[in-house]
Amino acid sequence: MSPLRGVRNWLDQRLGWDDLIAPLRKKTVPLHKLSYWYFLGGITLFLFVIQVLTGILLLLYYRPGANEAFESVQYIMTQVQFGWLIRSIHSWSANLMIFTAFAHMFSVLFLKAYRKPRELTWVSGVILLFLVMGFGFSGYLLPWNTLAFFATKVGTEITGQVPGIGKPVMIFLRGGEEVTGATLTRFFGFHVAVLPGLATVLILLHLLLVQRLGMSIPPKLEVQWTANPSAKREMKFFPNFSLRELMAWYVALGVLGALAAVFPWNLGVKADPFVSAPAGIKPEWYFLFMFQTLKLIPPKVWFIDGEIVGVLAFGFVGLFWLLLPFFESGQPSHMKKWITGLSIFALAYIVSMSVYGYLAK
Amino acid sequence: MTADQLSESKPTRRRVIEWFLGGGLLASLASFIYPVLRYVVPPPVADLGGDEVVAAKLMELKPNSGKIFRFGNRPGLLIRTPSGEYRAMSATCTHLSCTVQYRDDLHEVWCACHNGKYDLSGRNISGPPPRPLEGFEVQVRGDEIFVRRRREA
Amino acid sequence: MAILRNKRGIFTVARYAGLASCIVLAACLGYGQAANSCLDCHSALPDALGVTQEKFSQDIHAQKGLTCTSCHGGDPTSDDPDKAMSRKAGWKGRIDRKQIPQLCGSCHSDPAYIRQFNPSLRTDQLDQYRTSVHGKRFAAGDTKAAVCTDCHSVHDLRAPSDPRSTVNPVNVANTCSRCHSDAEYMKGYSIPTDQFAKYSTSVHHQALAVRGDLSAPTCTTCHGNHGAAPPGVDKVQNVCSNCHAFQAQMYERSSHKKAFDAASLPGCVVCHSNHGISHPTDATLGTGPDALCMRCHTPGDKCDQARAGLQSSLSQLDASIKSADQILGVAESSGMEVSEARLGQDQARDSLTKARVTIHSFRTDLVDQDIQAGRRIAAKNLQSGKEAMVERNYRRAGLGISLIAIGIVLAGLRLYIKKIES
Repeated sequence: MSPLRGVRNWLDQRLGWDDLIAPLRKKTVPLHKLSYWYFLGGITLFLFVIQVLTGILLLLYYRPGANEAFESVQYIMTQVQFGWLIRSIHSWSANLMIFTAFAHMFSVLFLKAYRKPRELTWVSGVILLFLVMGFGFSGYLLPWNTLAFFATKVGTEITGQVPGIGKPVMIFLRGGEEVTGATLTRFFGFHVAVLPGLATVLILLHLLLVQRLGMSIPPKLEVQWTANPSAKREMKFFPNFSLRELMAWYVALGVLGALAAVFPWNLGVKADPFVSAPAGIKPEWYFLFMFQTLKLIPPKVWFIDGEIVGVLAFGFVGLFWLLLPFFESGQPSHMKKWITGLSIFALAYIVSMSVYGYLAK
Repeated sequence: MTADQLSESKPTRRRVIEWFLGGGLLASLASFIYPVLRYVVPPPVADLGGDEVVAAKLMELKPNSGKIFRFGNRPGLLIRTPSGEYRAMSATCTHLSCTVQYRDDLHEVWCACHNGKYDLSGRNISGPPPRPLEGFEVQVRGDEIFVRRRREA
Repeated sequence: MAILRNKRGIFTVARYAGLASCIVLAACLGYGQAANSCLDCHSALPDALGVTQEKFSQDIHAQKGLTCTSCHGGDPTSDDPDKAMSRKAGWKGRIDRKQIPQLCGSCHSDPAYIRQFNPSLRTDQLDQYRTSVHGKRFAAGDTKAAVCTDCHSVHDLRAPSDPRSTVNPVNVANTCSRCHSDAEYMKGYSIPTDQFAKYSTSVHHQALAVRGDLSAPTCTTCHGNHGAAPPGVDKVQNVCSNCHAFQAQMYERSSHKKAFDAASLPGCVVCHSNHGISHPTDATLGTGPDALCMRCHTPGDKCDQARAGLQSSLSQLDASIKSADQILGVAESSGMEVSEARLGQDQARDSLTKARVTIHSFRTDLVDQDIQAGRRIAAKNLQSGKEAMVERNYRRAGLGISLIAIGIVLAGLRLYIKKIES
C-alpha cells in the first residue's frame, strides 16, 4: 500500500476523514469565460495566511511601545537574518491582500454572486473587507515612523467628526485624547489579537457558506443552463481547480518575493509628536479615495460641517453595501439594472478618486 | 508503438512529471523554509541599539572630561563634571548642526563652528544656538554607563 | 412717584435719563485717554504736518503713555490752536534737526527716568553716539549725518524686538542703506556706497534675511549701532573672532598674522572681504580666477608648493567622501539599510570642515592630521557601502534561485494538469 493511502486510512479510522472530505471531492466549479475571477477569493485567503505566518515571525522581534517600536523594526531590517525579507513580505502582502480583497468584492458584485441564497456570504465578506482595512490601518502605525504617526492622527481625527459617538470612538481608538504611545499599544492589540480573532471566525463562516452553497453562476448563464442542462460545463474542484489555484498561489509567491527583494519596505524616520506634520500628508492608497473625497467636499453643506457630511455619507454607503443583496432580485432573469449601474459607478469612483488623490499635492 | 508500450509510457511519463513537480515543490519549499529558519535564530547583537546605549565604561572618563558616543543615528555627548557627576545630551548643535564638544577649561559645552556655548545641563547660554541641547538620562549599571532617551510620560 | 403716573411725565423722565446716560457714556469713553487735541487736527493735515492716530498708535512712546507734547511741548487739552501751540505753554514747534540727539537724550540718558518704564533699557546711547562717526560729524556741524530719528523713525517708532521696526536685526541693513547706498547723498564723503549691495550677496545676509537666523551679523553687529564706526584695519579680526573663534585662534598663531600686521593689512578681510563675504570654496586655494593665495605669493616658491599640497589633500578627502556617498546612495535606493555608515559620513564631513578651518593656521602638518582622520573614516564608510552592495547582490541571487524553483513548480503543475486531464 502506498504511504499516502496508509495515512488516509489512519485518519479515516480516527476522524472519519473520508466522510469529512467527501463534499470537497464532489465540489465543482462552473466553467465559463469568467471563471478566472473565481481565483480571487482563494488568493486573498492565501495572502491572509502569509500575513499570519510572517506576522507571527515578526512578533518574535517586534516590541510595541513608543520608545522601542521603531528601533525594533530597524533591528529586524538590519540585524535579523532575513528580517528584511519577512518584514517586506508582510508589508507587500498586506497591500496585495487589500487589493485582491477589493477585486474579489468587485468580481462578486459584477458576477452577481451575492444573490439569494448567498446573502450571508456577501455580508460576512463585506465585514471581512472592513476588517482587512482595519488591519491595514492598525498595522501601518506599528513601525512608529513619522508618516504613520500623522496618518493615524488624521485618520482618527476624521473618525472623531461623526456627530454624537465620534468623539468617544476616537478616544477609544487613540487610547486618549491624542495619538501617543498608548495608541500604539492599543493598535498592536487590535492588530495581533482582536482583528485576527474576528477575521478567523468570519473567514471560517465565509468558507463554510461557500462550501455549503457551491459556486455561483453568472445570472445570464444560469438562465441558459437551467433551460439547457446539457450545455453546463464544470470542472472538478479537487484536483483540477485546486491545482490551477496552486499555480496562482505560486505566482503570487514569486511576485511577493520579487517585490520584497527589489523594493524592500522602507523604515522612514522615527515619529516625533512635537514636529509639525509634513506637508502634503496622505494616507495609504487604499484610503485615498475617501481622503480625496473629504478634501473635495466644501467646508459647509447647508448648515452642516462638510467633513461630517462626508463621514456620514461614507457610513451610509458602507451600511448600504453591507445590505446590498437584500435589494437585489432573486430571479436570475430579472437583475436590477440600477445595481449594475451603481457597481460600475462605485468601481469608477474608487479608481478615479484614488488616482486623483495620488496625483494631488 | 504497440498498445502495451503505449500503456507503459503513460505511467513513466506521468512519473517523470510527478518527480519534476515534486522536485520543484521541494526546492521551492526549501527556498521558503531556509530564510525562516535563519530568521528565528537570534542575531549575535541582542541590543536594539536605539533606545539605550552603553556610552562608556566606568573608569573611562576622568572628572572634567567629555566623550562623543553614537546614539541612534546621531552623536551624543557624555560629560563627567568636575564633581564626578555624569551628564549626557545630544551633541548636535541647535544652530547649524555641527558637533559640539566639552571644554574642560571653560566647564562648558562649546561649538567650534560659531562659538556657541551651552551649560552642563545643555541650556544654550551664549552665541547663536537658539535652543538647548536635548538631554538624556544616564544610568550607571555595574561598570557600564548607560544613556537613554527621556521616557515619554 | 407722581410724575410717573402721568403719561407725558414718563416721556420727560425718559428724555432726561437718555441725555444723562449719553453724558455718562461720553465721559466713560473719554476716561483714561490722555487728552490729545494735537492729533484732532494733525491727523487730517497733509504729509509734512500729518500724523494719523493709526500711525501714532504704533509708536512705543504713545503706548507707554507719552504724547505729542512730551517732545513738542504745548497744551494738549486745548482745542484752540493758539492756546495749544503757545510758547507760554512750552510749545517747541518742529524740532530742529540739530536738537534731536539732545532731545531724545533728555529722557533716554536719564537712568532714573527710564527706570520707570523699562529698568533694563540702556541709557548710554547718547554717549555712544558722540563717539561714533555720525556723532562726531554731527557735532562738527554736518547735518547730513544720521541722528536718532533717521534710524529709529519718529511717530511710529517701534521697539527693536518688533519685526517691523527699522532697527530690528532683519531690517538694519535696509535702514543703513537708505543713506549709505545713496550715491547722491554720499557725494562728498570719501567712502564707497556699495556695502549694502555687497552684503546682500553675502552668506551672512543669506543666514539673517533669508533663513531668519537672528544670530547672523548685520551692519551694526560689526560696526556697532549707536557708536557706529568702522572697526579699524588692525581690529577687524577681533570682530570676526567673536563668532569665528576657532579660525581666529589659528590665524593668531600663524605666519600670516605677523606678515599682515607688518604690512598694515587687516586680518580676515584680505582673503574673505568685509561686506560681500561669500562661502569659501576649495578653488580659493587653486590657481584659477578664484585663487586667493596667488594674489600675493609667487608661483613656484615654497608657499605655492604648500598651497598646492593643501588643495590636493582637501580635494582628495572631498573625493573620497563623495565616492562613499555615491555607493551608499546606490545601496540605499536598492533597499539596503546604511544609516550607520551615513552617520559615519557626517563624521567624515566634520573632519573636512575642521581641515578647512585649520587652514587658517597655514600649517600643512596640522591640516594633514585632520585630512588623514577624515580619509580613514570615509574609507571605512566606503567599505560599508561595498558590503551593502555585496549583500544586495546576494539577495538578488537568492531571489533568482527561489524564482527558478517557483518556475519549475509552475511548469510542473502545468504539465501535471495537462496530464491528468488528457
